[in-house]
Amino acid sequence: MMPDMKVKLCGIELNNPIIAASGTFGFGREFSELYPLSSLGGISCKGITLAERDGNPTPRIAETESGILNAVGLQNPGVDHFIKYDLPWLREQNTAIIANIAGNTVEDYCTMAEKLSDSDVDIIELNISCPNVKSGGVQFGTSCESVGNITREVRKHCSKPLMVKLSPNVTDIAEIARAAEAEGADALSLINTLTGMRIDINSARPIIRNNTGGLSGPAVFPVAVRMVWQVSNAVSIPIVGMGGISKWQDAVEMMIAGATALQVGTALFNDPYAPIKINEGIEKFLSEKNISSVTELTGTIKPW
Amino acid sequence: MSYDSQIFKLTENKEIAKGIFDWTVKNDELPARAKCGQFVNIKVPGRVLRRPISICDATDTTLRLVFQVKGEGTKVMSQMKPGEDVEILAPLGTGFDIKPGKRYCFVGGGIGVPPLLFSAKQTDNPMVIMGFRNKDLVILKDDFKAAGAELYTATDDGSFGIHGFVTDVLSEHMGEFDEVCACGPVPMLKAVAEVCRGKVRCQVSLEERMGCGIGACLVCSCKTKIDGEEHMTQVCRRGPVYDAGEVFYDA
Repeated sequence: MMPDMKVKLCGIELNNPIIAASGTFGFGREFSELYPLSSLGGISCKGITLAERDGNPTPRIAETESGILNAVGLQNPGVDHFIKYDLPWLREQNTAIIANIAGNTVEDYCTMAEKLSDSDVDIIELNISCPNVKSGGVQFGTSCESVGNITREVRKHCSKPLMVKLSPNVTDIAEIARAAEAEGADALSLINTLTGMRIDINSARPIIRNNTGGLSGPAVFPVAVRMVWQVSNAVSIPIVGMGGISKWQDAVEMMIAGATALQVGTALFNDPYAPIKINEGIEKFLSEKNISSVTELTGTIKPW
Repeated sequence: MSYDSQIFKLTENKEIAKGIFDWTVKNDELPARAKCGQFVNIKVPGRVLRRPISICDATDTTLRLVFQVKGEGTKVMSQMKPGEDVEILAPLGTGFDIKPGKRYCFVGGGIGVPPLLFSAKQTDNPMVIMGFRNKDLVILKDDFKAAGAELYTATDDGSFGIHGFVTDVLSEHMGEFDEVCACGPVPMLKAVAEVCRGKVRCQVSLEERMGCGIGACLVCSCKTKIDGEEHMTQVCRRGPVYDAGEVFYDA
């Protein structure tokens, strides 16, 4: 019997646990030329802001050993454009839509949450962990007080399921997770990128024009697994795990650590078909182990 | 379907100048979709990011890809052997807009020369002006001649062909062609655009560090002015080819 790949996240049924990670998949159109987006559990859209943003100067990307650094700086067309021009098309693709929002101020987040609550998105992902913008972003995500505050305020304006995306650039991610849960988050997604840097030894110039960028890819996977495990011990709301998942074994590992669903991002740059292959791999693994539903993997870790 | 990622067979890999390699890769489906000025994104064993390389030439079943070893990824590529499989996302981007009945002048600098070969082959009686730092880096001379091009080669140090810059040659022949297509370093593109301004239409092909290669990740954005409106556009999708007036060269 084929295993059931469906998972439920904040009451939304996903076709499977694999969601395209914010910032790597745009609003889905480009990848839809390769495969139907219904083969994904969902899409976390490119981070959107209240007004259109041009993002950072280039170069915005650098390769590292087993990873990449990026500093795109939230280039996006703005929330109104997203709702009017991108969302209607996305809605027809038979996949869950997660709107990832970022702001300069708490009020920005609240305004966007209000607009998106009246729209057709399934889940709102509060991006308080972007390391690549001058104001806003990660500044809201690094203390329990600010995470609790922004979650509480946005919650008042948000009638959709609210998922808070956590930064790994903190001392104790479990505390931060508890603060978000206490103020009404329905789910948590983690990890965003780790702040990093590369320097060209000939020019002594940082490779990325922003000087620093966010590290992602296989290099951060063990950090992500550790944090998903710690957070799953600290909260009772579902966790969407991400950070360096590039093969089906990583996906299974992250679910065992405590994730209900997963996001795959950087792996798409290496292989645009990565989410499809990961799903196929999980399905085969479940069949071989006689596990009837992928949901049975979540949190099955047996720690020493 | 416009582009796809498929397995190609590497059939040839030779060093045609110091540090510059000439690949031929075979695949039954994707090469036939290639248009001049487009590029491919190559999966390199052991690397996270693919490497974007311009299409130097194409048949219905083969692509020719000429690249310079610049770092770890291209070094691995240079060491791959004929017979090996390589996964390639192709064809990508918007290439040169070539109109029938016009005479084109193709201007290339260094490793910007390769994509002009496939382009020159789409036109009648093309003029080709290529520039290199020195004689050791001169490539594709015989290929352009075989394509029937009126060919001018310049080197910065005068060690081969004309001693000078491509823009010197371009200015000298202004009036002998209808449009210009250029690919090379940004200072060269800026200079070529300046020479052409107000005289002939000029298209330029840009280079940028890329992620996905299909326009989704917004890593390769550049500031452009298209139809009077300033927007960030993706070099991998709206580009790599732009009208010379659409690009901000000093951004």
